[in-house]
Amino acid sequence: MTTLTKQTLTHLDWLESEAIHIMREVAGQCSNPVLLFSGGKDSICMLRVAEKAFRPGKFPFPLMHIDTGHNYKEVTDFRDKRAAELGERLIVRSVEDSMARGTVVLKSEDESRNKHQSVTLLEAIEEFGFDACIGGARRDEEKARAKERIFSFRDEFGQWDPKNQRPELWDLYNARSFKGENIRVFPISNWTEFDVWQYIERENLELPSIYYAHTRPIVRRSDGMLPVTHITPARPGDVVENVQVRFRTVGDITCTAPVESDADTIAKIIAETATTTITERGATRLDDQTSEASMEQRKKEGYF
Amino acid sequence: MSAIEDFPVVDNGLLRFLTCGSVDDGKSTLIGRLLYDTKTILADTLHAIARTSKKRGMEVMDLSLLTDGLQAEREQGITIDVAYRYFTTGTRKYIIADAPGHEQYTRNMVTAASTADLAIILIDARKGVLTQTRRHSYLTHLVNIPHLVVAINKMDLVDYSQDVFNEIMKDYLDFAAKLGIEDVRFIPMSALNGDMVVDRGERLGWYKGPTLIDLLETVTAAHVEHEEPFRFPVQYVCRPQDSANPELHDYRGFMGRVESGNISIGDAVTVLPSGRETRVKDVQVMGVSLPTAYAEQSIAILLDDEIDISRGDMIVKTGELPIVTKQIDAMLCWLSESPLDPRRKYLVRHTTRDSKAMLAGIEFRMDVNTMEQQPAEKLGMNDIAKVSLKLAQPIFADSYAANRGTGAFIVIDESSNNTVGAGMIL
Repeated sequence: MTTLTKQTLTHLDWLESEAIHIMREVAGQCSNPVLLFSGGKDSICMLRVAEKAFRPGKFPFPLMHIDTGHNYKEVTDFRDKRAAELGERLIVRSVEDSMARGTVVLKSEDESRNKHQSVTLLEAIEEFGFDACIGGARRDEEKARAKERIFSFRDEFGQWDPKNQRPELWDLYNARSFKGENIRVFPISNWTEFDVWQYIERENLELPSIYYAHTRPIVRRSDGMLPVTHITPARPGDVVENVQVRFRTVGDITCTAPVESDADTIAKIIAETATTTITERGATRLDDQTSEASMEQRKKEGYF
Repeated sequence: MSAIEDFPVVDNGLLRFLTCGSVDDGKSTLIGRLLYDTKTILADTLHAIARTSKKRGMEVMDLSLLTDGLQAEREQGITIDVAYRYFTTGTRKYIIADAPGHEQYTRNMVTAASTADLAIILIDARKGVLTQTRRHSYLTHLVNIPHLVVAINKMDLVDYSQDVFNEIMKDYLDFAAKLGIEDVRFIPMSALNGDMVVDRGERLGWYKGPTLIDLLETVTAAHVEHEEPFRFPVQYVCRPQDSANPELHDYRGFMGRVESGNISIGDAVTVLPSGRETRVKDVQVMGVSLPTAYAEQSIAILLDDEIDISRGDMIVKTGELPIVTKQIDAMLCWLSESPLDPRRKYLVRHTTRDSKAMLAGIEFRMDVNTMEQQPAEKLGMNDIAKVSLKLAQPIFADSYAANRGTGAFIVIDESSNNTVGAGMIL
């Protein structure tokens, strides 16, 4: 038998190991953490990482989803099913409850509720007294995220201050906070969209069906394709087409657009991702296109 | 069965590197060039850059715009914090830590350097070795980055002259020798035109060495070059007693990441601080056994004997013990706007272990521009000094030069919870 004393990990092994290490640091340093699970592909990867970090034990945190009430049913059904399969506790808090309380006020009926998730998230953090929220954000998604720490401190208003971040060195993470403040933790910060798809393939992870190619009614607008749903109906004069599409990201229906695709397997999605010419958020997140700095602005206000 | 079959290497892993230099050296352009020539930049980003370049009245596309992140920086036109970028060549994945070069941001460079396997120091071929070049070199050396590449950039502005390149290389080697830097590679390049970054170009025919990407593709990753002792700080203890599965009632998994070395089932180990000795019963990920685990793998270790172990303890191989100490000498980089107060107690976090700490003395402060050692009473932001610290609890340490994972620590100010210092044990 050969005994190797050294071994180079593959890039997926390395990324996975880093993410496990980060989750265990949260478990070791924080008294009441929560993992945000939306049913989207990034948070699905995080659940596998959590299994690798804590099985055969239970997760040392519940799962939580901030539901805008405008999510695809395929995704919320998947969310509930996955949590049940894992035997872990799932908390759902709804933007619609915040609206009923009057803490979220929409400017117009059809305004995207995506950015209002911040309010509901902060309310849930206060309700449960969470001192850390583990999220699936990645640094390759957006310029402001590229500079955010893995352990990102938020004050009691949930605000991120990009100019006053804690230095983060080696693998020594500082998750300390005072009551009312909290830490947002991003274990897959260093993963790219491509890494996520490769990991899903390697781990054979199940996804909500709308990630795969399917036929869906859409209308074409100047800024991209919009799905026609009960929340986003066609306007008078719109030409509704049935097109073969898939989603690269899933989220609030009003701000998540599909891309044309016939990729109905992970292997085909990976092949498409490798040759795509449009960034993930650029293609599919209508809310980020408004201004060059819109993500930074939202993060300062408590958004993930 | 050979161990290599258990961990098939389907790719050449991951390399983290750091770029040091100021905007003027073309650092952002170099990163932009790497991303562009490895086809990492997608069309919509390119359109946005082309649009902005045009708006600013530039004729060619400004690749440096790719790495300009936050609003405040765009306003100031400088990079104020560490940003991370990603690209892949198909065989290796890269994480670039992009740190600013200005003097006041030493702390950001040390932060970026702490996780890097390789540093690229940019020199403007028209200006040669500058004070900032010395500072960057000292810092990369201090943080002990295994590989150093000096990129002599803007060769297009000195007519691609081999003499200029040789002159700068000689200057650099003169001062590098004084710092004790041994392993340096030099590459002439024009990031603007793309010569010797990913493509060789046609204007530097006299240079026969590797391009930057050739070098990045072939350098060895961390932990591979030297034999290292096994170090396993315990992060978390898994005890699923209440599970429905009776087989798990006695399960005790000590979870953590292998900081260095490797561990196999049957190995004799010692647990610190208790000093208890036992053997490894199993090494697991998600309940599945591995025959051997290597540096940087996150695993659970099960032991033959029932020993009380908690977070902050360390498992090592018997006969390869680290230093157990309550007094350390270290190089300390101060990161906070509030100066180090010698009368106060701070918290030192080393591996997964915390201890109260007090300053016992400052031997000298390093002037990172002149490399002079100066006496100092206190330390301000960006100061680097040789200090002694007294700890309330023992730590299990190696020298930073021998082992990054067990030689590094951070200092936390408990009144603000901020990370205020970064230390390297001597």
